[in-house]
Amino acid sequence: MNQNTILSVDGLRTHFYTEQGVVRAVDDISFDVRQGEIVGIVGESGAGKSVATTSILRLIEEPGEIVAGEITYQDTTIVGFDERSDGTLVPKDEMLTNRQMRSQVRGNEIAIIFQDPMESLNPVYTVGNQLQEFIELNRDLSGSAAKKEGIDVLREVGIPEPEARFGDYPHEFSGGMRQRVLIAMALACRPNLIIADEPTTALDVTVEGQILNLVSDLQEEYGTSFIWVTHDMGVVAEICDRVNVMYLGKIVEQGPVDEIFYDTKHPYTKALLESVPRPDRTVDELNPIVGTMPSAIDPPRGCRFHTRCPDAREACREVDPQFVDVSETPDTEHRTACIKYDDVGYWDSVPLEHASEQDTSYIDEDQRPENRDLEQTEGEP
Amino acid sequence: MATTEGQLDGKDGGGEPQIGWRHTFQQVKGDPTARFGLYVIAIATSIAVFSAVDANLSRATMGVYPDYTIGEWLPVLENPERMPPPTEMEPYQPPVFAEGGSWANPLGTDQAGRDYLSRIIYGARVSMAVGFFATFLGLTGGVLIGAVAGYYGGRIDDVLMRFVEIIYSIPALVLVIVFTVFVSGGNPDVIYAVLGVGIATIPVFSRIIRSRVLSVREMDYIEAARAAGVKDRNIIRRHVIPNSFAPVLVYATLQIGFAILIVAGLSFLGYGAQPPTPDWGQMLNHAHGQMHVNPWMSIWPGVAILITIMGFNLFGDGLQDALDPRIDN
Repeated sequence: MNQNTILSVDGLRTHFYTEQGVVRAVDDISFDVRQGEIVGIVGESGAGKSVATTSILRLIEEPGEIVAGEITYQDTTIVGFDERSDGTLVPKDEMLTNRQMRSQVRGNEIAIIFQDPMESLNPVYTVGNQLQEFIELNRDLSGSAAKKEGIDVLREVGIPEPEARFGDYPHEFSGGMRQRVLIAMALACRPNLIIADEPTTALDVTVEGQILNLVSDLQEEYGTSFIWVTHDMGVVAEICDRVNVMYLGKIVEQGPVDEIFYDTKHPYTKALLESVPRPDRTVDELNPIVGTMPSAIDPPRGCRFHTRCPDAREACREVDPQFVDVSETPDTEHRTACIKYDDVGYWDSVPLEHASEQDTSYIDEDQRPENRDLEQTEGEP
Repeated sequence: MATTEGQLDGKDGGGEPQIGWRHTFQQVKGDPTARFGLYVIAIATSIAVFSAVDANLSRATMGVYPDYTIGEWLPVLENPERMPPPTEMEPYQPPVFAEGGSWANPLGTDQAGRDYLSRIIYGARVSMAVGFFATFLGLTGGVLIGAVAGYYGGRIDDVLMRFVEIIYSIPALVLVIVFTVFVSGGNPDVIYAVLGVGIATIPVFSRIIRSRVLSVREMDYIEAARAAGVKDRNIIRRHVIPNSFAPVLVYATLQIGFAILIVAGLSFLGYGAQPPTPDWGQMLNHAHGQMHVNPWMSIWPGVAILITIMGFNLFGDGLQDALDPRIDN
């Protein structure tokens, strides 16, 4: 593992125990974050991205539970389990208590920016009041010093007339301005790592661009690390250093952003890239991913993507793909979980006829891939 | 009117009334019935407050110093020199407009010859104090229990709400009477009635706020506060309760009128205010034997209760409309 690693997530599983069954929202994911980099977590809605990030802050609520895995932030154990002789997992002794999480980690070490700027500010208080609350809580500043700091941070995130705006209520701000306020609230606590949970999804593209530039600038200035959760490959290309692609609770591909874009390995990543317009490529038609993501209560056997994968073969239904290193140079650390790149018989296997052999009730009639030529897979790696 | 502001309020709160007290006040002002209710409350409250300064206590109590009144903190009551000596008074004097009435006792006198107008004015003090204190008690207890139960959920929720439902399953009047008799040790007084009514209203308040808290706790700003390391106690106090408070406030306004009514009923039954404390319900108790001979003795306290409660109800309805974004005047 790299020396600069500040956060490492190893084999994290977060499950939700619902009446319908166990939702394996996050099922054995591992990734790390190094000092000063922006790590992307990409995937469709419901892939488990937000659950993964809230697990890092241990903000998972009933009926959810972190059932396995290890999360280490610098030298502290946020989540860790010891296996007892009877095979059950018990939390490690050195794991932070809830009180320690609250006072030592949340806010001052790891902050989070939520998805919806409209909902993330308390409507009954002024923006300044909330900002000041967070500053007083996480830094040794009080009263007027905290207020001054709050105004400074608002200025820094590009809010005009911060002294006047400090006393305004959230509903008096536009969406983009509110998102800036949320970023200010995260920054004001001087965290070492900021988790941004789809912070620009609710904004229009021009504002999104401004926010992304702002984040890049601030990140250069403070050297803060980011985990950037998004479903937008464009945003990933814009700001991320390394990327984790998630599908149905698992990370399917992981690597530096250039590798992910220009040396795409996993069919899901490929499909994601093909389903969004890209300025660097002209295509006649976008190629959206067929169908919807299966339920995380009863995920497909074998590779979880095989029900929708254009490259799926018989073997994909049986073999649970392992993470394999597909780096071409030793230091790129490009990994993917697809049996194409593993020696488990993918190439000898028969292509899957999705429409005839699979439950396709979730696929729209006119989108069924009966006529799609499944033989035309990528060349051998 | 501030229509645009109102729409903004509604939209920003996700369809829930959450912000803009100034706007709410504007709406209440623009609603004639609510405004009327507010005036009635204002008049009744000022009568209650200033009666201690001005009205003739000795005329209300025939010089018998009340051993307990809720307004005892007002210094004038502690100063017997301010009280004029009791004058000679005839019992059962009719009001001024009836035959034999005089301006000396505009509403007549009661069975002991005490001035009825003074007693009605003093009665306002007891009633208003009863209404406010009992409601404040129920509101404070109910909001704390309901907010904690709703915020934490799970077992805490179960325990607290089952406890509250036990209280709720006992008829309010029975609960209050039993409480009054037990706690007072056989010497009922209005303070026990107030406590009893307060406890009896905890369930409704806690259920109202809990149902709001269940949706408020899912809001992102609560999650954001947790993620920033705010203590649960402060999240409940600063973020959860203020955002869940609107329906509680409406109910509290209506509840004040209801508490006045219940305590008047208790006094009527002899479990509330005790003589010589002037209280409307107790006055009704003394008057009901005279219903046919001296009907005015029953009518004056009845009218006083009616007007006061109507004031609270009209204001409460207006407040409800003002806080409901779907109704915009």
